[in-house]
Amino acid sequence: MADTDITLDARGLSRAYRRGSEEILALDGVTLSIKRGEFVSFMGPSGSGKTTLVNLLGCLDNPSAGELHLAGKKIFGEGKRLSERELTVVRREVFGYIFQNFYLVPSLTVRENVAVPLAFYRKPGAEAEVDRLLKLLGIEHRANHLPREISGGEMQRVAIARALVNRPEILLADEPTGNLDSRRSTEIGEVLQELNRSSGLTIVMVTHDPGLAKLGGRHIEMRDGRAYEG
Amino acid sequence: MISKFQIAYKSLLRKKVRTLLTVVGITLSSLVLVSLFGFNQGYEKALNHDIDNMGYQIMVMAKGCPYEAATLMLQGGKGLRYMDPGMVRDIAKRPEVQATTPILMQAFFDPNKGESGGIAGYFGVDPSSYPAMKPFLRFRKGSWFVSDTAREVVMGYEAAELEQREVGDMTMVPEKNVPLKVVGILERTGTQDDGTIFVPLKTLQQIAGTDKITTIGIKAKKDADLVRLENELYQLPDVQVVSFSQVKQTIMKLIGTARVMVLSIALIAVFIAMVGVANTVLMSVYERKQEIGILKTMGAMPHDIFVLVWTETLMLCAGGSVVGIMAAMLCNGITDLFIRRLLPYAPSGGLVAIDFRLALYTLGIILVVGLLSGLYPAWQAGRMRPLESIRSE
Ligand SMILES: Nc1ncnc2c1ncn2[C@@H]1O[C@H](COP(=O)(O)OP(=O)(O)O)[C@@H](O)[C@H]1O
Ligand SMILES: [Mg+2]
Repeated sequence: MADTDITLDARGLSRAYRRGSEEILALDGVTLSIKRGEFVSFMGPSGSGKTTLVNLLGCLDNPSAGELHLAGKKIFGEGKRLSERELTVVRREVFGYIFQNFYLVPSLTVRENVAVPLAFYRKPGAEAEVDRLLKLLGIEHRANHLPREISGGEMQRVAIARALVNRPEILLADEPTGNLDSRRSTEIGEVLQELNRSSGLTIVMVTHDPGLAKLGGRHIEMRDGRAYEG
Repeated sequence: MISKFQIAYKSLLRKKVRTLLTVVGITLSSLVLVSLFGFNQGYEKALNHDIDNMGYQIMVMAKGCPYEAATLMLQGGKGLRYMDPGMVRDIAKRPEVQATTPILMQAFFDPNKGESGGIAGYFGVDPSSYPAMKPFLRFRKGSWFVSDTAREVVMGYEAAELEQREVGDMTMVPEKNVPLKVVGILERTGTQDDGTIFVPLKTLQQIAGTDKITTIGIKAKKDADLVRLENELYQLPDVQVVSFSQVKQTIMKLIGTARVMVLSIALIAVFIAMVGVANTVLMSVYERKQEIGILKTMGAMPHDIFVLVWTETLMLCAGGSVVGIMAAMLCNGITDLFIRRLLPYAPSGGLVAIDFRLALYTLGIILVVGLLSGLYPAWQAGRMRPLESIRSE
């Protein structure tokens, strides 16, 4: 039944948050599918539900309603929810994540930061990825520096390398250039585009930067918890 | 590449001062704990050593005779009561007795001793039975008396040092002005013998103008029923029986109460240090909330994070404890002096005996308690949800 080209398939995905007695519907029945190798960018005003959606797509959170299929396999839906442990298994097999704040471990060097995921989970041959990615992202000369000794653009490159070290199929990027100036933003955008083109990495990106959004082949506009294909 | 161990270790180094203070807390409490364990073990050993080195297990004295050399010194010759030497033969006949030795304790006032004079204590011992009872006595120089009436003395290590005597020197018995020749100086034994001046029994009797004795030392046979022997000896008229096993029990009982108190203080110290550990680790977990969240998005399972944080606790405790135990072993002498000041009675010799087994035992206790105190922070960290921790900016 599942189209093998479709890697992420969301149907009527909703997420409500409780704030006191109020209930906020952050995501209001989003249906969309993302194909393998696609570069999708989400735009939209602050509070429109972009982060909520991306977190659900990335199995970082359970939806309140709706279904999510990953490569044809149902992850959420019809009362099916995954435990933290099960979500972790899915995440480390399939996803890599980068965020606006790079969240590098300050006490570890650049190389160690890239290798951190391997301390917990290691796909075969992943060790070799560390140096390959350092080189690919142009930060090998910083390998033995601590995060505080490098620039913001370099930090995000380290975060990207770390996200890719276990060779994920899908990279989720929530405002990856939100903390960078426009020159660095463009550079990071080009890095992502290159990764998407050369290795067929599926990328799901949230951004405020229209220039960056153009790099992806597909745009989705978010408003009030709904998605509008543009 | 990089292990959980390295991640834990490096995150401890991030707040060096805080880590150091926590480790110091564990170091101190380990030091106190291992020293006390060492004392528990060492005190009884030292006491046994003292008692074994008496050479005899039971002493019989005339009623009212002070048996402690110290009391003897304080009261001078005045308080002494005497026994008939014939009693020795009587006692020696009993089946439980292996050997006996008669002793005459005498004290003379020496006006040249100290600032306003002092008491010099003399032990009249029988050359034919006393040395045989204490074969472990070693001479630094010289040997025992040539005969049982020789005008000679053998000096304990400290007695000789105090009077600055060498073998061959003459020494004067105060009050009586009798010169005696030093024929032997003993090695240090770490017991009362160190301060004693030994004279042949008959010589001392002659000097003191008596044919009596004050004490009989009794060595029991190996498997003899000591309690029965003691009870039999109690039947003798006008004597009192001092059994060292009883003395030991009394002392151990006295010390026991003090031990329990000090041990509770040590346990409180350990407890406080562990609260410190829990606090430090918990603080660092909360500070690293986002980092932990990221590790979880990177594939770390709850138990991975649990182990990571637990490893940090273990490192703090192991580091502090090893340093503390080593320090305790090095500062053994100081602890000894300190405890000596606190106790009503302390045997000679090392009071604090910390051996490898005890060190391991203490390390084990600290690690177990440390792991327990790391349980809560580690559990907290393990159950953090990645999203919530990332959002907490
Ligand atoms: N954990 C939460 N608890 C309560 N409300 C939340 C939570 N996360 C997000 N929201 C709310 O959901 C809505 C969508 O948020 P979000 O997905 O972060 O939007 P965006 O990323 O587009 O700025 C907002 O109104 C936000 O306040
Ligand atoms: Mg957002």
